[in-house]
Amino acid sequence: MARVRLKRKRYVIPEKYVLVILTVLCVGFMVLTYTTDIVSSLLSGIAGYTIIPFQNGLTEIGSGINGRMEDLKEVKTVLSENEALKSKVAELEQKNNELTADRYELSGLRELFQLNMEYPDYEKIGARVTGKDPGNWYSVFVVDKGTSDGVGVDMNVIAGAGLVGIVTKVGPNWAQVRSIIDDSSNVSGMVLSTADNLMVMGNLQSMQKGDIDFSQLSDSDGNVAVGDKVVTSDISDRYLPGISIGYISSIKTDPNNLTKSGKITPLVDFEHLDVVLIITRTKETADETDN
Amino acid sequence: MRRIIEIAAVVICFVLQCTFFQAVSFAGIVPNLLIIITSCAGFIGGKRDGMITGFCGGILVDIFYGSLIGPNALIFMYIGYINGFGNRVFYPEDVKFPMVFIALSDISCLFLQYFFGFLFRARLDLGFYFTHIMIPEIIYTMVVTIIIYMPVRSLVNRIYVKRREVQ
Repeated sequence: MARVRLKRKRYVIPEKYVLVILTVLCVGFMVLTYTTDIVSSLLSGIAGYTIIPFQNGLTEIGSGINGRMEDLKEVKTVLSENEALKSKVAELEQKNNELTADRYELSGLRELFQLNMEYPDYEKIGARVTGKDPGNWYSVFVVDKGTSDGVGVDMNVIAGAGLVGIVTKVGPNWAQVRSIIDDSSNVSGMVLSTADNLMVMGNLQSMQKGDIDFSQLSDSDGNVAVGDKVVTSDISDRYLPGISIGYISSIKTDPNNLTKSGKITPLVDFEHLDVVLIITRTKETADETDN
Repeated sequence: MRRIIEIAAVVICFVLQCTFFQAVSFAGIVPNLLIIITSCAGFIGGKRDGMITGFCGGILVDIFYGSLIGPNALIFMYIGYINGFGNRVFYPEDVKFPMVFIALSDISCLFLQYFFGFLFRARLDLGFYFTHIMIPEIIYTMVVTIIIYMPVRSLVNRIYVKRREVQ
C-alpha cells in the first residue's frame, strides 16, 4: 500500500532507510565527539542560540515569581532583624579589630610556609543555574554563562562554602556542569587534618541519601576520624587545591586491610542550587602562572 | 507544517523538563516528557514522525546534558520508530492504549540508559535502581500522561485530520 502511495506522490525515502541513516549519523556523532571537538562545539553553538534563550526566560519567570513571594514574607522578618543586627554590628566591629590583628600575623605565617591554599584569591564569576538533567540518572546542570563570558572546560564550580563540580562542556552562552555527586564523577581529595589522599566518587545510591562516597584512603595510623574535613588535593589534575568538599560522615576499613572507604557529607546543598561561582582559572593555567 | 509543530513540541517539552518539572519533582524524580512526546508522535503519526521526534529530543538531551552526542538520540529514535508500529491499531478515543505504550517506552528507555550508562561501569545493583529510579519515574510519567494526553490529542487530531482531508 505504501508503494502505491509512493508512485502517486513525490519520492519519499522509506522509513527503514531514514532509520538506518539516522543510526549511522548517531554512531558517527558518538565517535566524533569521543575523538574530536568539532561536532560537539558546532552543535553546542547552534543549540545554544536556539534553546538557551527559552530556558533562561523560563527560569527567570520561575525565580521571579518565587522571589516576589519570598520578598513579601521577608519584609516582616527583616524589620525585626534590623534591630538585632544593629547591636551586633557594634559587637562585630570590636571583634573585627581583633581579627585584623590576627590576620596580619596569619598572612605573615602563610608567606612563611608558602601556603597557597586560600581560594578567595581565585577569580570567580557568578552564574545562574538554568536547567537540570532531564533524566534521573545523572546530576548534571546547565548554567547561563559560556565561552563569551570566559568560561572554559575544566573550570571548577563552587557554591557558598564548597565544591559543586566541574565544567564539562561549553557553548557560546551556556556551560554544562557535572556535579561531584554525579555517578560518573571522580575527585582526588585529601583529609585536611592529616593530608592523606583519597578519591571522592559520586554514586547514585549514596546521592539519594545526600552523601558522596570516598575510597582509597591510606591511613595506616588511623588518624582520620568522622568529622574530618575533606578538601581537593594538590595532586588532582583538574581541581584546584584546597577547595572544601565536605566532612567525613562514616569510615570503614576495606577488606584488603590497607585502605579505608566511607561517606562524605557535602557542604553544598545540591537539591537547591540556584547561583554558583565558576573559578575562571583551570588547574593548568594556575600552574603555569605559578611557575 | 507538521514537522515544525513536532519539533516545537519537542523543544517545549525539553525546556519544561529541564526547568519547570525540576521544580515540581518528587524526591528528585522528574517525569519523562520527551518519551511521552516521542511515543505519541510514533503511534499517532507513524514510524517516521516517531523517529524524527525521538531523534530531535534525544539529541537535545545529548548536547546539553550528555558527555557524548548520540546515545540518547539513538535510544529515543528507536523507541519512536517502534511506537510507529502501534499506528495501525491506534484510535484516539482509547486512553488505555497510549498509557500502555508510553509505559513500555519509558521502561525500555530506562533499561537502555541503565544498561549503557551504569551496567558498563559495574554498577550492578539493579534492584536499587529499579525501585528508586525506574518505578517512580514511570509512575510520575503516567500521571503526567493522564493530565496532558487529552489536550495534546485534540491538538494532534486537528493537525492530522487536516492532513487527511488534503489527501
